[in-house]
Amino acid sequence: MMGRTYGTRLPGMPTEPLPGKLVVIEGADGSGRTTEVALLKTHLEVEGHAVVDTGLRRSDLVSAEIDRAKQGHTLGATTLALLYAVDFADQLENKIIPALSAGSTVLADRYIYTLMARAIARGASREWARELYGFALRPDLVVFLEARPEILLHRSISKYGSLDYWESGMDLSLSRDLFESFFLYQDRLSREFDWMAGEYGFRRVDANRTIEQVHADVQRLVAPLYGHERPGARSASRPRRRRLTPPSPRAASE
Amino acid sequence: MRDAPARPHGFPGRLLVFEGLDGSGKSTQAALLGKWLQSRGHRVFFTEWNSSQLVSSTIRRGKKKGLLTPTTFSLLHAVDFADRFDRQILPPLRAGYLVVCDRYAFTAFARDAARGCDPAWVRTIYSFAPRPDRVFYFRVPVAMTLKRKLASRLKISYYEAGMDLGLSDDLPESYARFQSRLQREYDRLAVADRFTVVDATRTVEAIQAELRENLRPMLENFPTVARLMHDG
Repeated sequence: MMGRTYGTRLPGMPTEPLPGKLVVIEGADGSGRTTEVALLKTHLEVEGHAVVDTGLRRSDLVSAEIDRAKQGHTLGATTLALLYAVDFADQLENKIIPALSAGSTVLADRYIYTLMARAIARGASREWARELYGFALRPDLVVFLEARPEILLHRSISKYGSLDYWESGMDLSLSRDLFESFFLYQDRLSREFDWMAGEYGFRRVDANRTIEQVHADVQRLVAPLYGHERPGARSASRPRRRRLTPPSPRAASE
Repeated sequence: MRDAPARPHGFPGRLLVFEGLDGSGKSTQAALLGKWLQSRGHRVFFTEWNSSQLVSSTIRRGKKKGLLTPTTFSLLHAVDFADRFDRQILPPLRAGYLVVCDRYAFTAFARDAARGCDPAWVRTIYSFAPRPDRVFYFRVPVAMTLKRKLASRLKISYYEAGMDLGLSDDLPESYARFQSRLQREYDRLAVADRFTVVDATRTVEAIQAELRENLRPMLENFPTVARLMHDG
């Protein structure tokens, strides 16, 4: 990957291109995101690529504060957005960049886009959110799993037995009713994701379908990133893969 | 957005900010000024940098273990300031208090820039913080702050000395170099953000007299508690 960011560069960040690939899977809770991340990881490993998976809120630095803040429900929107940004920056610097430098594929179960959508849904401006996360590396691919709210609702209920407080945006006081709040909140989020899909070049995948169908689409989107680098590829049947430049539209435009 | 905090707050209170290097005497002056303001019958609220409970333990732990990079260091302080702003600065400001801040967002601008963060990015992060009504910048030679620091026998901390930047292996030497960098940043901000520069090499009394004189016009029409009760 080129190692470019969306805006500002972090002090101490490597300036040369990074040999690894950054693949992001975005989508609401219930879009099948986590299932797809697991399938894709296995697929890439079978193909011979080293994969490091990462998600939101998994760093040691502030995860305790985030949990505590969520329990208390007392933080302001800006404070919470910044707290998530600390967590993301910590992972970017200590996990994602080192893995990319070592040539691994980093598979991210959500990235800055979810954090931005949540912050904006809670009153932050798009401009502020975009600049705040300007230090994030531009991924090689962002897959956006899109599912209808009714599907999300159904999967959410069958998974948790109920609706999640945060995924329903109950802290926003959109409605006292959990069910209604869920729809209002998901609507806000999807508006932001729509905007970002254009702004950041997401590849949309229809996630209303079966796991197998979704996975087949994602595999097709990921394949061009590796081009000739597949240890398991049969070169005779895939002459295109001998090209030195990966034939991805992103690589061509940069 | 990049010239934040340019936005005036528009609330009935007043926001008075004290900035300057450690050991410049600003905390002493802020406390004295508070006494005077209260004696005149004003409602006064004090707040200090790094006084919110939210992430102070993380900042301490992160500092101790060397877990922080310039970016996470910067963002953690922004979290802390945002929380402090929501809880301690905004409510009294809206309620018509004189809010005295021992350090404000400018401390972050100076420190983060000295650590190599992009100044425009830092300003954007803090764009929720409105422009204060007055920023007093306590300016002293770095050598004098170091002398005060050593005389007080307070330990110079690792980050205060900017040891994370590898400027020097010697603590006092690193401290002097880092503080000089901070001063250069403050001097730049003083122009850009229209600070009231206070020559802090003078006596406590002389400086305090200057501050009071400076604020007199602003306070002339600012309601005291007695007047508020009477009018209400």
